[in-house]
Amino acid sequence: MHDHHDHDHDHPFQPDHDAGPATPYEVLELALRELLIEKGILTNAEIAGHIDKMATRNAALGAKVVARAWLDPAFKRHLVDDTRAALMSMDIDIGDLAEYRVVENTPDVHNVIVCTLCSCYPKLLLGYPPSWYKSVTYRSRTVREPRAVLKEFGVDVPDSTEVRVHDSTADLRYIVLPMRPSGTEGWSEEQLATTVSRDSMIGTALPKPA
Amino acid sequence: MSAETSRPPKFRLGDHVRVDDREPLGHCRAPHFIRGRTGTVVTIQGAFRDPERLAYHRPGLPALTLYKVRFDQCVLWPDYSGPERDRLELDIYENWLEPAPTT
Amino acid sequence: MSGKQQNYRNNAGGRTVHDVGGLDFGAVDMDEHDLALWERRVDAMIVLLATDKAAFTVDGMRRVIESYGEQQYDNTTYYEKWCRALRNLLVEQDVVSQEELAQKVAEARATMRAAGRDVSDEDVPWNEGIWTGEADRT
Repeated sequence: MHDHHDHDHDHPFQPDHDAGPATPYEVLELALRELLIEKGILTNAEIAGHIDKMATRNAALGAKVVARAWLDPAFKRHLVDDTRAALMSMDIDIGDLAEYRVVENTPDVHNVIVCTLCSCYPKLLLGYPPSWYKSVTYRSRTVREPRAVLKEFGVDVPDSTEVRVHDSTADLRYIVLPMRPSGTEGWSEEQLATTVSRDSMIGTALPKPA
Repeated sequence: MSAETSRPPKFRLGDHVRVDDREPLGHCRAPHFIRGRTGTVVTIQGAFRDPERLAYHRPGLPALTLYKVRFDQCVLWPDYSGPERDRLELDIYENWLEPAPTT
Repeated sequence: MSGKQQNYRNNAGGRTVHDVGGLDFGAVDMDEHDLALWERRVDAMIVLLATDKAAFTVDGMRRVIESYGEQQYDNTTYYEKWCRALRNLLVEQDVVSQEELAQKVAEARATMRAAGRDVSDEDVPWNEGIWTGEADRT
């Protein structure tokens, strides 16, 4: 998936491993990259560095944050009140492009995140979003019939629980803090993290039962 | 990216607000489906540069207050089949909001 | 290359092409695939340009993407859109010229062919144009 050889400064071009024919977009990417580097606007090291950083941001990282929030009420409060600072306290720097907000699931409220206008997503915590999150199918219907969409994901929220949809229209990215599953009393942070999937932090899944 | 604004927020928590239904002049972050609709301010998110100006390489100042506005799904969508408690929330910039009509 | 051109969806109501909230595009396509390296590089370039370099904004990128026509919008992938937006914005903002770009694209094709890749001779379209499907591509 990630090619470590692309750090080589002498040979900026490294072909993708599973190469089929190169599309015009792949050609364009190479051309743009070379131009930006030639003009001194970007360097290979910066581009490779960002790709490396993104490789460390994924669902497992988000799961660690959720598990810590479940075990530490003060951290959970901090996470909801000042998400950036709380993540920074775990050495997770979310960068300058957007602020992050955490919305907490309760027995009364089930949160679901969508970005109808583009595909805004908390990438610097959870990594790249899944293709379906970026699809017009998800983006069009989740605001209008969230329960039907959730059913397609295998999630059935009872009518007694509010389904609250958040459309990320500004530079605020949302993360769902799922509810801790029952039967996990006494579990360590590591064990708890195993119940937290990427989709449970988007709202299209519940944590795995104990 | 929360920026200083020279103006205090126009709306407070709990205010009923209506999203303007003017035609956008280019880049716009108030989705079509919410324009002209009325909701309630649930969070004041701070002040941010105007994305509609940033999109054209203008500074987007003075910064605009951004509000989280909550809408009832069964009011938004005439054919909504879920319970009345279901809600939808969006972040809307102050220049797209006006006080909801009182009638 | 003006970013101000609007292309509206064919539905009534004057929606712009990307503004899909409340429409119905059918069952959620649960497809997932890992990003190719070129896609990760597009992502990296955009983030680096928009933050560290302040050369332009993500808002500008979105604005360019939103100016695409419905058919192009619906028939290109996420990173295809962003790669094209990156190019269009860089040219619009005079960071690179069309001539430099054409030259570099030709070089890029040659590099890839020399490495044994099969490479399309097509360019990423600049503007929307009228695209009615495969049969119309010359």
